[in-house]
Amino acid sequence: MSTRQSYPMFDSSQVPGDLCPIATKLNPMLPGDWRSMKPVVDRAKCVKCAVCWLYCPVQCVVEKAAWFDINLATCKGCGICANECPQRAISMVGEGA
Amino acid sequence: MYEIRIHGRGGQGAVLAGSILAAAMVNEGNYVVAVPSFGFERRGAPVASFLRMDTREIRQMTNIYRPDCVLCIDPTVGRAVNVFDGIKDGGTWLQTTAKPLSEFQVHEKVATVGLCDAVKIALEIFKRPITNTLMLGAFARTTGLVSLDALRAAVEESDFRDAGLKQNLLALERGYNETTVHRIEKREAA
Amino acid sequence: MSAVLKPKPKAIVCDGNEAAAWAVSLARVDMVAVYPITPQSSLVEYLAKFVADGKLNAEIVDVEGEHSVLSVLHGGALAGARTYTGTCGPGLAFMFEPYLRTPGLRMPMVMSIVTRDTLTPQSVWGGHQDAMSVREVGWIQLYCETVQEVLDTTIMAYKVTEHRDVMLPVNVCHDGNYLSYGAARVELPSQEEVDAFLPPPSVNWHAALDPSRPMAVDPLTGGSGGPGPAMFVRYRKGQCSGMQHALAAIEAAHEDWARIVGRRHAPLVESYRMDDAEVALVTLGSMTGAGKDAVDEARSRGVRVGLVKVKTYRPFPVQAIAKALSGVKAVGVVDRSVSFGWNSGPLYQDVIGALQIAARRPAAMSFIGGLAGADITTDHFGRVIERVQALTQDGQVGETVWLNERD
Repeated sequence: MSTRQSYPMFDSSQVPGDLCPIATKLNPMLPGDWRSMKPVVDRAKCVKCAVCWLYCPVQCVVEKAAWFDINLATCKGCGICANECPQRAISMVGEGA
Repeated sequence: MYEIRIHGRGGQGAVLAGSILAAAMVNEGNYVVAVPSFGFERRGAPVASFLRMDTREIRQMTNIYRPDCVLCIDPTVGRAVNVFDGIKDGGTWLQTTAKPLSEFQVHEKVATVGLCDAVKIALEIFKRPITNTLMLGAFARTTGLVSLDALRAAVEESDFRDAGLKQNLLALERGYNETTVHRIEKREAA
Repeated sequence: MSAVLKPKPKAIVCDGNEAAAWAVSLARVDMVAVYPITPQSSLVEYLAKFVADGKLNAEIVDVEGEHSVLSVLHGGALAGARTYTGTCGPGLAFMFEPYLRTPGLRMPMVMSIVTRDTLTPQSVWGGHQDAMSVREVGWIQLYCETVQEVLDTTIMAYKVTEHRDVMLPVNVCHDGNYLSYGAARVELPSQEEVDAFLPPPSVNWHAALDPSRPMAVDPLTGGSGGPGPAMFVRYRKGQCSGMQHALAAIEAAHEDWARIVGRRHAPLVESYRMDDAEVALVTLGSMTGAGKDAVDEARSRGVRVGLVKVKTYRPFPVQAIAKALSGVKAVGVVDRSVSFGWNSGPLYQDVIGALQIAARRPAAMSFIGGLAGADITTDHFGRVIERVQALTQDGQVGETVWLNERD
């Protein structure tokens, strides 16, 4: 893989602070922060049909070798995956608050 | 003048709670102004609602920087914002939580604490964690600044209908009854 | 003469957006066109709800954007309807073309501007930049201090806009967030009271979309070729004349309203504790509440300060401002927006212009605060009072002070 850059990188320190509102730092928002219920997957029941992955509105379903798991950093606890799973493999449990 | 700051997240009804509380207080003969503060209208973003109550006309419509009471209707919003910012000495703190008082580090200026497991009760009543009317009941119980009857009348005058109305009236009741009020002894100076 | 007991006014707790919607229902508006934009969104939701509930008997038109909102209302007005909409910020910008056309065609209508700081920098919060950006277009602009004033003024606006000597559209401006979503106790006038106050709609007696008497509305006019420059000048002067008549119409409407419902708002400017004041603040909109509290606080310490609130911004009440401020030594004008031509506030520029005709010309300074939803607190006003007092000593009009610069 080439390490040469073909265009100059943007150097925000060269831009005066009162010139133009831009943001150059990526600050990921983690909606998992305000969840009150979280999904728990029963690995024995999961058949990797990927219905939960299809339905999840924030795309936080993660494919593992033998099952699908939930990325709790972004999961908002909406419960759609639990509702849609044809195998009833996902249940919503209370988040300790 | 009594100043209350309500903290919650977008979509939980913090702003509506401010309006219902305002209506109840006005019904009891007070002057009230309730101003919300929020950014993009989206679920989950921290929101604050500011409510001023007085026996005479209130003119300023600004945010509240030195609240007498801080009312948190979300269990996690304290992680996102400093809910105690500017709280007056001897202030009151109301919190939605499943934890007991011993698990909290209570802010040094707080003298009265009202704790209510509103999320659990809300899930029982509404099947969703909507805590706003529950915490209004908790507020009435903890501060005594508004009566449960006035809150009931305000909820009845709002847009809730049928099942929603019954649920919210029950929530007021349960919030009132299932809140534990703690009075903190004045701390010794270090 | 039988004594008729006045029914106790119905009081509700509501925010400014809901209050505006109540006013629109009570004014028996015929047609509203809507598009949501923060912080006006709940206003159009209330309108839709009131129509669904039968409270507002109006044709409600959902359109795809604000350009169409105002274009639809033009059609409605030319067909004789009493019309209404509300917008702000980018929505106002999107309707700029028909916005320009409305006063030129002398179309009576009322539009709420839920004032918002125009992006860019990106902002959804309160400020006056949007309404100020269009102040030269020829709409009448009235600013409200309280939620009650929003309701009362929106109703009064119909009397002003449809007045035969005015026939100019009105912006009722209420501050985004503070007044749009801020709730307070509001007295609702009864339908009888509003019917006694407002005559039936008189909107298109001068220009109409009527197949039985066809006419071209806004044909090419003036300049070189065609009818010549004099015709264009005649219409522009007519607009100016309408604007000047508006001053009296606004005063009369406020007087009539006070007589019917017993609530009096100052129509052009309001003078607060100005009788023996040495220095004065000038404010616009909801910031006034905190300003009055700051004046009371300073007065309790012996400072001779007063406050002048501007309610009618366009037409600018030159005589009233000059009269209100001619007794003081120094003035601090607090703006919630910026005029880039001269790096100060637009209200400030209008005030010092008006002071040219005053008997005595006080020194004046510009203060800009509350941009993008920042608060102008009593502390900020306290600093303004101090700075203006210093002005009486040294007479040195300093540079514009940006109140939230270090907040």
